Amino acid sequence: MLSMEASDFKSDQYVRFCPGCGDHAICMALQKAMAQIGIAPHNIAVISGIGCSSRMPHYLSAYGFNTIHGRGGAVATGVKTSHPELTVWQMSGDGDCLAIGGNHFIHEIRRNVDLNVCMFNNRIYGLTKGQYSPTSAKGFVSKSSPFGTVERPFIPAELVLGARGTFFARTLDVDMPTTVDCLVAAKQHKGCSIVECLVNCVIFNNGTHAWIADREQRAEHSIVLKHGEKMIFGKDKDKGLAVEIDPQTFVPRMIVVPADDPRVLVHDAHQSDPTLHRLLALMGQNRVERVSDEGITDELPIALGVIRDVEAETYDEAVNKQIAEVREKAKAKTFDELTATLEQWTM
Amino acid sequence: MQLTGNLFAQLGAELGHEISTLPDFPAEIRAPQGTLGGVSGFQVELGAEVYTPGDKADVIVAMNAAALKVCTLGSHFNHPQAQFDEEYALYHRNAIVIVDTDALTDKDLEKALYRTDNPFTELGIPESVQIVPVALTTLTKEALKESGMDNKSMLKSRNMFALGLVCWLFDQPMDKAIHLLEDKFKKKPALVAPNTKVMVDGYNYGQNLALSVNRITLDNPESQQQPGQYTSIAGNKATAWGLIAAAEKAGKHLFLGSYPITPATDILHELAARKDMNVMAVQAEDEIAGVCTAIGAAFAGDLACTSTSGPGLSLKSEAIGLAVMAELPLVVIDVQRGGPSTGLPTKTEQTDLMQAIYGRNGECPAVVLAASSSANCFDFAYEACKIALENMTPVILLTDTYLANGTALWRIPKLAELPEIKPQSVPEELKGKYNPALRDERGVRYWAFPGMEGYQHRNIGLERDAERGTISTNPENHEQMVRARQHKVAQVAERIPELKVIKAKGKAAAAKDVLLVGWGSTEGHLHAAANELGCDLAHFNYIHPLPKNTEQVLRQYKRIIVCELNTGQFAGYLRSQIPGLSIEQYNEIQGQPFAVERIVNYVKYGSK
Repeated sequence: MLSMEASDFKSDQYVRFCPGCGDHAICMALQKAMAQIGIAPHNIAVISGIGCSSRMPHYLSAYGFNTIHGRGGAVATGVKTSHPELTVWQMSGDGDCLAIGGNHFIHEIRRNVDLNVCMFNNRIYGLTKGQYSPTSAKGFVSKSSPFGTVERPFIPAELVLGARGTFFARTLDVDMPTTVDCLVAAKQHKGCSIVECLVNCVIFNNGTHAWIADREQRAEHSIVLKHGEKMIFGKDKDKGLAVEIDPQTFVPRMIVVPADDPRVLVHDAHQSDPTLHRLLALMGQNRVERVSDEGITDELPIALGVIRDVEAETYDEAVNKQIAEVREKAKAKTFDELTATLEQWTM
Repeated sequence: MQLTGNLFAQLGAELGHEISTLPDFPAEIRAPQGTLGGVSGFQVELGAEVYTPGDKADVIVAMNAAALKVCTLGSHFNHPQAQFDEEYALYHRNAIVIVDTDALTDKDLEKALYRTDNPFTELGIPESVQIVPVALTTLTKEALKESGMDNKSMLKSRNMFALGLVCWLFDQPMDKAIHLLEDKFKKKPALVAPNTKVMVDGYNYGQNLALSVNRITLDNPESQQQPGQYTSIAGNKATAWGLIAAAEKAGKHLFLGSYPITPATDILHELAARKDMNVMAVQAEDEIAGVCTAIGAAFAGDLACTSTSGPGLSLKSEAIGLAVMAELPLVVIDVQRGGPSTGLPTKTEQTDLMQAIYGRNGECPAVVLAASSSANCFDFAYEACKIALENMTPVILLTDTYLANGTALWRIPKLAELPEIKPQSVPEELKGKYNPALRDERGVRYWAFPGMEGYQHRNIGLERDAERGTISTNPENHEQMVRARQHKVAQVAERIPELKVIKAKGKAAAAKDVLLVGWGSTEGHLHAAANELGCDLAHFNYIHPLPKNTEQVLRQYKRIIVCELNTGQFAGYLRSQIPGLSIEQYNEIQGQPFAVERIVNYVKYGSK
């Protein structure tokens, strides 16, 4: 590990996100996290698609490739699989990752390619100037939905778990320490790490995450999960989370209990069964179905931090291992040796 | 039938004949047996100076009533009143037709939609055709009665009886054939003995009964060949091996990103099996991911390839544009099939030419090559890699169903005799000062990739500044960059061989002002037609850019006829590249290779 500063990861490019955009904060967090991780910039590749967040590679001093819309995941899969010695990051947004690039997104997760994916979720298409995205709330009014959307949105965590994801973290642009922690944990995790970065689009979707971004409300409305720690939250750290099973339907659900209740759960991010991770990741997500928070009485907090972090063989490792095993046993290893094995005759 | 045909072709090749094969099968994997739609065929020509799998067969083996009908009526097989017509029949008037009489029962005839119980009369097969009725099924069962095999397994060996019979007919020695069978079944040794027995019985059947047909003697072609080691190879396998050889020669790691698609899938199969050669083959989630994983590998410094067919090339267009813009080496193999859309997945066509040259948004030049025989798929796959790596450009290699599935005789090269490949690199003195817009004197940008200290940069699909390599929307810069990318592809013409005309041979150059022009897989047919006509042939493997002397060569002829399996894409392209050139076209779009006879008739009489 090298000793590095955040400034070692700053490129010479002027950062052109809008003033007040949440991407500025993630950019800084990435530079801090990369310094903390201590891998030299020339051994890092940052791959992106198209969108505001996909400009990120330009602002990092590593190798970068700003590709085409939705395909960052496929390009990153090619980089990492062919060169597993590199540290590969993917920068993507809710449109790039969940709409046009949805197929690559679920397959990089399914294969468990060792990538660190930052999925910037501002619930809007910013670069094309304000259309609804796959994570926009139902009824959301935008330039392409003047009467409100009639679509059900994705909850990214659900998609990640549905694709058998091994790592899912969620963070918030205005929470720098949690963001840096999540990014470092994403790198430490061997496999496909998805970090959902909730970011504000100050121009087209201002206040979309106000429920938790607002300093006054954040402590009451969010919980930062930490592996091995009790699930306690609230301004006065007086609330805890527990699971309750409905006696009629047997459906488990999260409930809020007093912090000293013996039922308060201890977070286990390494549990391979995703049931509880799903319950945690879905807390507060009913808000994505709604345009306004008005009338929502749900007191469950939105979970931030590393929700799931489990071990599984990575694709890049498995592919390279298989090649090495076959080569180990192979009699022919060069082209001339290969052609010698052909049924052939002299003329 | 595909196995039998392949064995016969390989046998011919081992005995020193030139070969050319044409497998033809339905798109369905298990098309209903015995029906007209389910007929699967395998055509092979062997002898001296073999350019094509042949127009009309000398010998037909019809394994059932449906096959007999399809062979006799050709494309008219589903016309209710159709009878033998030399124009459509797959065999000629004096051919030998071997028929399995056990497969002509009432049920068989009904399945193949015969109206009467005498298929030969109903089909109007002329008396000059020598019909050889053989009870293949009965004889095969007889041969295997002591083998203890079940009925179904015995029936599968019917083909071997036919193979033995055909070997007798062509006077091919049994010992070589037996050796081939042993090799073919070396993973299933239990099958060697019964299949050998059936094949030898088939041979002896011809010998003992002294079938009253004339055996066929082949010309001995040995003197024609360049001395060396030979094998028979299918186009897709040759393509895959060309990539393997190029990677080793270039000292690069070979990466394939691909998605299964007919008729290109065998390239993926072959490369997935070649882990012993250190090949990394990724079966991606879709066509786009196939090319994009390859672009990722190219960005990281590998020899990166993707293999596909027409519909897949459409899906890859945007990403190929990215490779053009990012100026990365990339080899795209398009095994063309009948289109548009899903089209004719198992049939051959040359209809992706325009898509390969122009089918991308923006001014988006890429190098386009076309292989012209199953064997030279190897050479042009190798050449595609060489051009891509040395010139930092995507190269699209066009092959097609006919080349991909067909086999030809291939002289096995040694790696040392193949041309050098020097992948573009970056001079040491640019360390710390590198950016992705810096070019050498040819106009080819320098190549640095992750892992190299001091060359970190950001590559983009956005327009880049010609000096600094960063994003630029400057109007003059854009034009400069458009021209820089065009120049880079155009200068490849300095490094490729000039166009060589194949001179009229044999017959007096009756038509010395006439030039046949073709590209890609039609070379064999056009060569045979040119010989027949006594005219010259200009055949193109380098499509974009064209060889430098193209205009000069073409202007020497009064009558230029561009022959293609499309509606005139190359003809149109030539007209655009050489304004004012007067070009005639001969086109067929039937999903089948040319018939030499039809080309000859067109050139002579102006009609097929």
